[in-house]
Amino acid sequence: MPANKPSEIDTATVRRIARLARIAVKDAELPALAKELGGILAWVAVLDEVDTAAVAPMASVHDEVLRWREDRVTDGGYSADIVANAPAQEAGFFAVPKVVE
Amino acid sequence: MNLPASISEARARLADRTLSANELVRAELKAMAAARPLNAFITETPEIALAMAGESDRRLARGEARALEGIPLAIKDLFCTKGVLTTAASHILDGFQPTYESTVTRKLWEAGAILLGKTNLDEFAMGSSNESSHYGPVKSPWRRAGDNRPLTPGGSSGGSAAAVAAGLALGATGTDTGGSIRQPAAVSGVVGLKPTYGRCSRWGIVAFASSLDQAGPFARNVRDAAVLLRSMAGFDPQDSTSADRPVPDYELACERPARGIKVGVPGEYRVAGMPPEIEALWQRGCDWLKAAGAEVVEVSLPHTKYALPAYYIVAPAEASSNLARYDGVRYGLRVPGEDIQQMYEKTRAAGFGCEVRRRVLIGTYVLSAGYYDAYYVKAQKLRRLIKQDFQAAFGRVDAILTPTTPGPAFALGEKADDPIAMYLNDVFTVTANLAGLPGISVPAGLSADGLPLGLQLLGPAFAEETILTLAAELERAASFTARPEPWWRLP
Repeated sequence: MPANKPSEIDTATVRRIARLARIAVKDAELPALAKELGGILAWVAVLDEVDTAAVAPMASVHDEVLRWREDRVTDGGYSADIVANAPAQEAGFFAVPKVVE
Repeated sequence: MNLPASISEARARLADRTLSANELVRAELKAMAAARPLNAFITETPEIALAMAGESDRRLARGEARALEGIPLAIKDLFCTKGVLTTAASHILDGFQPTYESTVTRKLWEAGAILLGKTNLDEFAMGSSNESSHYGPVKSPWRRAGDNRPLTPGGSSGGSAAAVAAGLALGATGTDTGGSIRQPAAVSGVVGLKPTYGRCSRWGIVAFASSLDQAGPFARNVRDAAVLLRSMAGFDPQDSTSADRPVPDYELACERPARGIKVGVPGEYRVAGMPPEIEALWQRGCDWLKAAGAEVVEVSLPHTKYALPAYYIVAPAEASSNLARYDGVRYGLRVPGEDIQQMYEKTRAAGFGCEVRRRVLIGTYVLSAGYYDAYYVKAQKLRRLIKQDFQAAFGRVDAILTPTTPGPAFALGEKADDPIAMYLNDVFTVTANLAGLPGISVPAGLSADGLPLGLQLLGPAFAEETILTLAAELERAASFTARPEPWWRLP
């Protein structure tokens, strides 16, 4: 296993990842989650058996470049629809807790 | 009234006016309501169904029937339907009523099909048993001989598979990111088709892993799946990966002879511990195709064993990015917090179930600084090797035959505590998603305890017609007529 892969996941790492993912995790849940995630990461480490130094990564099965289109507005004009499902809205805008003091 | 057994039969009876769309829809709505113990539907839409049936009957009377006029369908609750609750079986989408229609469902309605309801699934299509649904698992219409324990219908499109298997709809839509159409089709005894990546538009389908997701049909037989696919497929400028190429008449492919088609059997799919009944079924499939004049040869797909681990890096990585949008601001659930960060974190903690949280965390980890190359880029490289394996094999053969699943349906709860054991359900299906290829599962036999088993055909990109020809041949040879006993029917 390369040096950049830890052999197990500790609770501090789970807390950091959960923070990055913006999911609140209770301290009591951390050890079980660490074990679970560690198990999955150990299982996928089998990929290290394969020498891929000369292989280009593949992000999509589509090899072709994305289509071009004319640079003009083809959508929009229905702001009421956009906010229709918002848990909170004010005057046609999404409403969130205060973010700027 | 005898419900039609297939879309083909329904079309004929609707066309000669021995059956009206209204009668057909009323009968299906009755069957659906009587089957609530299966929990196959999250939302039933009887008013919409009856209104659509009225329009179909008017068109039929005027001789203006469209391709799917009056055909009642069940829609996986991952397709956005305008004004109709769309949940992805997640608590975080509570109350979400899209203000737009997915391209695939729009095309089905434009072809005259009728919405019966939205089917249950694993939360955000992440699962192989339907147990991760916020709305509780679907129970399979099938039971083991002499055993009343509830079984999984498979997943993630379990509600769609169960609805078709139990006769609650003539067809259904599903999505397949790692096997979510083919695996539930196999264990529920119906046909399930995952088209080539790009064949059906992804626009308006709740995204799980965008480079892998693909919509497709469930049906009672191969011809019906072909009929549904023809209306679902086609170019859509709103999906940047949609394929701009004509849609063939897939139904015609079901008539063509299999003679002369070269079929590969990959030795690497003979995994350790494969149950003898699965191996025997696979051998029977080879024999049936040979008897129909196809040539069956061994092929090698050397990187097969790396497909599932690569998938469990790529799919969670894409999911963690796609699911970032559920933050309590634009739709669904919001749990208040002291500030906006806390609101995000509390909303997502309350809104996501265990499996979704697990995958978002794994995805976040493999994309995080320091691990991106070691995990994510590594998996993307394996993905290329897996695609190259198929390219080499399809230089020699026209299609590939494998079992669809490593075994029949398991009992609900049986694998719930071990995520990796659950992931292994997709071992034979996940390769087609990584390589973007079409695959179909056909009911081919029963297990020793009386449960359906499926065979899978894979083809090169956009060779849906070849696999439909072979699937129709397997279907004729297997003559799978078993149906579940309707134990679920309420009085």
